[in-house]
Amino acid sequence: MNRIKRILRLAQKEFLTLLADRKSRMTVIVPPLIQLLVFSFAATFELNNIPYAVWNEDPGLHSRQLLARFSGSPNFHLVGTVRHEEEVAPLIDSRTVLLVLHVPRDFSRDLLLHRPATVQAIVDGRESNTAMILLGYVRTIVMDYGAGYLSDSGSTPPLAPIVLRAWYNPNLKSRWFIVPGLVGVITLVISLLVTALSVSREREEGTFDQLLVTPLEPFDILMGKIIPGFVIGILEATVIVLFATLVFHVPLRGSLAALYLGLFLFILSGLGVGLMISSVVTTQQQGLLGAFLFMVPAIILSGFATPIQNMPKIIQDLTLLDPLRYVLVILRQVFLKGAGVGDLWSQYGPLALIGSVTMVLAALFFRRRLG
Amino acid sequence: MVPDDPASPILTVSGLLKTFPSPAGRETALNGISFDLAPGSVTGLIGPDGAGKTTLMRLLAGLFIPDSGSIAVMGHDPASDPLSVQGTIGYMPQKFGLYEDLTVQENLDLYADLHSLPSEGRRLRYASLLSMTGLGPFTGRLAGNLSGGMKQKLGLACTLVHRPPLLLLDEPTVGVDPVSRRELWAILKQLVADEGSTLFVSTAYLDEAERCDKILILYNGEILGSGPPEMFRREVSGRSFRATSPGQSLRALEPQFYRLPGIVDSVLQGNTLRLVSESTAPPDPPPGAGQIQLEPVPARFEDAFMVRVLERASGIDRSRETPTLYDSAPRNGNREGETAISVHDLTKRFGAFIAVDRVAFSVLRGEVFGLLGANGAGKTTTFRMLAGLLPPDEGVLTLDGMDMRRSPAYARQRLGYMAQKFSLYTHLTVRQNLVFYSSAYGLSGVRQKERVQRVARAFDLESFFETQSGLLPQGFRQRLALAAALMHEPPILLLDEPTSGMDPLARREFWRVIDSLAVLGVTVMVTTHFMEEAEYCDRLVILDRGRILAVGNPAEIKARVAGPDLPNPTLEDAFVTLLSGAAAPAGSAR
Repeated sequence: MNRIKRILRLAQKEFLTLLADRKSRMTVIVPPLIQLLVFSFAATFELNNIPYAVWNEDPGLHSRQLLARFSGSPNFHLVGTVRHEEEVAPLIDSRTVLLVLHVPRDFSRDLLLHRPATVQAIVDGRESNTAMILLGYVRTIVMDYGAGYLSDSGSTPPLAPIVLRAWYNPNLKSRWFIVPGLVGVITLVISLLVTALSVSREREEGTFDQLLVTPLEPFDILMGKIIPGFVIGILEATVIVLFATLVFHVPLRGSLAALYLGLFLFILSGLGVGLMISSVVTTQQQGLLGAFLFMVPAIILSGFATPIQNMPKIIQDLTLLDPLRYVLVILRQVFLKGAGVGDLWSQYGPLALIGSVTMVLAALFFRRRLG
Repeated sequence: MVPDDPASPILTVSGLLKTFPSPAGRETALNGISFDLAPGSVTGLIGPDGAGKTTLMRLLAGLFIPDSGSIAVMGHDPASDPLSVQGTIGYMPQKFGLYEDLTVQENLDLYADLHSLPSEGRRLRYASLLSMTGLGPFTGRLAGNLSGGMKQKLGLACTLVHRPPLLLLDEPTVGVDPVSRRELWAILKQLVADEGSTLFVSTAYLDEAERCDKILILYNGEILGSGPPEMFRREVSGRSFRATSPGQSLRALEPQFYRLPGIVDSVLQGNTLRLVSESTAPPDPPPGAGQIQLEPVPARFEDAFMVRVLERASGIDRSRETPTLYDSAPRNGNREGETAISVHDLTKRFGAFIAVDRVAFSVLRGEVFGLLGANGAGKTTTFRMLAGLLPPDEGVLTLDGMDMRRSPAYARQRLGYMAQKFSLYTHLTVRQNLVFYSSAYGLSGVRQKERVQRVARAFDLESFFETQSGLLPQGFRQRLALAAALMHEPPILLLDEPTSGMDPLARREFWRVIDSLAVLGVTVMVTTHFMEEAEYCDRLVILDRGRILAVGNPAEIKARVAGPDLPNPTLEDAFVTLLSGAAAPAGSAR
């Protein structure tokens, strides 16, 4: 009973110091919000307002109709027209346009004669990912036009067209993919920072010695550091979940219990890693460095931006140690697929294991440092 | 560059005013001060921390711009022409910018390059600087691996590399042990004799004043006096006395002496009491003090300093009783006179280095026990082991009869600990700190409220209850740190250089509280760099390279070095003699 009281006092002190100091208050509140806003708006795989130029040599009706589909699309933005072949290269080189659409002289004639007609797309291939997405858009518009022409002219459309159905994210909005992931990433940042800096701050200010000469046990001090980390981690995660659903309109289809069980286990491992860093370093600067040393690979290996399936086998095995990997699956499953607690045991299990191992290690490190 | 007329001052300051922004408007650091320095002299700038010494030094070096007033350094104004001032003078800030990853030689080369010293003259200059500082054998050593005293010497050598005619030294001896302090002063004296340099040296150590040709007392941004040390001593000559009472310590009686009419200052020295009176007539001992012998002693600069400071500091209420901080004498099962702390064969190694080597001593209940030693002697390591912050490799450490290792929680409950650096939560208020630390020691409910109130009242902290402790004035911070350590009425108190940076007035007030606790039966263990403070101890140990060099009361330790050429050694003399005796292989003290 007395022990619980002491631990609560420690946790209270931790909150007070965290919130009374303007600097640490800022670290906990401002960067996560900025990250949330910047990442959610900036990190998207969709292309909008692609600057393009037209080189139309066909005086016919069909070229105008086809080009109208481009200029009418919000994804494309017409910046110029080209009359000669020599004008193409400078436009692409200077990055004025990403795409030049070339309609050859006999495009309309070929179509009217029921011969295969071609359109040429010249793309800036320097950013391969963008070029691929862009070509996909061009192909879709041209195929669509072709199919429409065939049915209008009474010919049979091509056989066995692919009917696309994207489950869980019907419009394949990349924001739906990224924002739930951000819940995990930002929660990791916070739980790491709160703990990685707290012990080293006390070391720098000398308060840690003053704490150690009291009869408080290392376990009490550790608990006093963990509780505020949990509270702040869960609070910030909740704020981001609210943002995701209310501001970005990402559907939250699954159960909150499944979501929070995942977050709980995830924060546990984040705090464990933070405390391990904390018990090894002596200054806040080292703590910050240590936190980033863990954070950057953890994010890259998590599948937050690039699919784990694309990684070499050995790296794929390495991702199994990354707590962020599991919580991302949980978040995306709960948000988009509507998963419940029962569907996610395969993720909770490893997460709980990582959490308890890091906690035990943190406690050992902590004890060893104290002798 | 130096004015031809030897009498004309090398530096002139008049009406210097400097303020800094603070949470409560603007704070005055220097309040219209004027003085000048004669060439070829050593002038000491003496004052406690926060008096404005560093501000003045930085103004002279052209690193701050004054609000008003004028400075002329060899004809230049550092505010408008900082580069030509900085190019000629030598300025050594408190923390000199040595590159710790460069060797001694590389640091010297770097500073010679920075002053674009021609390469022809360098070898001779280096040779004379290295022999002067005694760093000759260490030119290949990394600066980061030098001891504190050697670092200061290297800093001095780097400052001197371009033969500056005027040298500004900002607290060169702070954090340096007495042996190295003496060596540094010897170097400075030699510098004046050999090169005719003018030195302006700031210090918080009052005893260093006596080594200067002229003294400026800086206190709260004002000059309280200037002149040669003899002048100050003459002012108070014949007014200093030593009170002795055969066979008993005067610790308990000190407050009564202090409150006697006509007493300006009273300080414990071992078993005796040093008194400064308002007149040359010996004071009457307080009634009921028993047999007291009074004998005149020579005046010190510190006596004059205290007289001047007390004249200035109004509103000191002498009738105020030293507050009682404990409800009763510390409860413990032991009887009076029994051992409170006992240490046997205590050893601590860091790799191959033996920091503490089979140290053994014991401290009696109610004793004030000092732990002294040069930098790196193992003082801090021993102290941290006592506080339970560092596990010993070997040996037994008992506190109140309990083994520290077997029952650490019990031992910690019996300890109060005050670190050298202010180490409470600066962002928490005074009340939050007191509440937190008292609950860490298991206080709660009504009892906790009572203790917080009582301790805060005793230390005059009530009006600051809701102030963030980082914003407290220096003196009150130290009070708060002591208050936090006393919340749980510990029978043993560990103080690590508790008064470093304290104003002499505050230091006396602090020791009055400590004395009252010792009289009550609290055991006090203290480390200090101030030799005069070591005199407040009942007994002390001097550590050297991890071993005990001497144990005893201050009188015994002084007696060990007394001889024909040193009939009346001070504790500092004893300390320096013992340490240098131990360093010489023939005179090993063990």
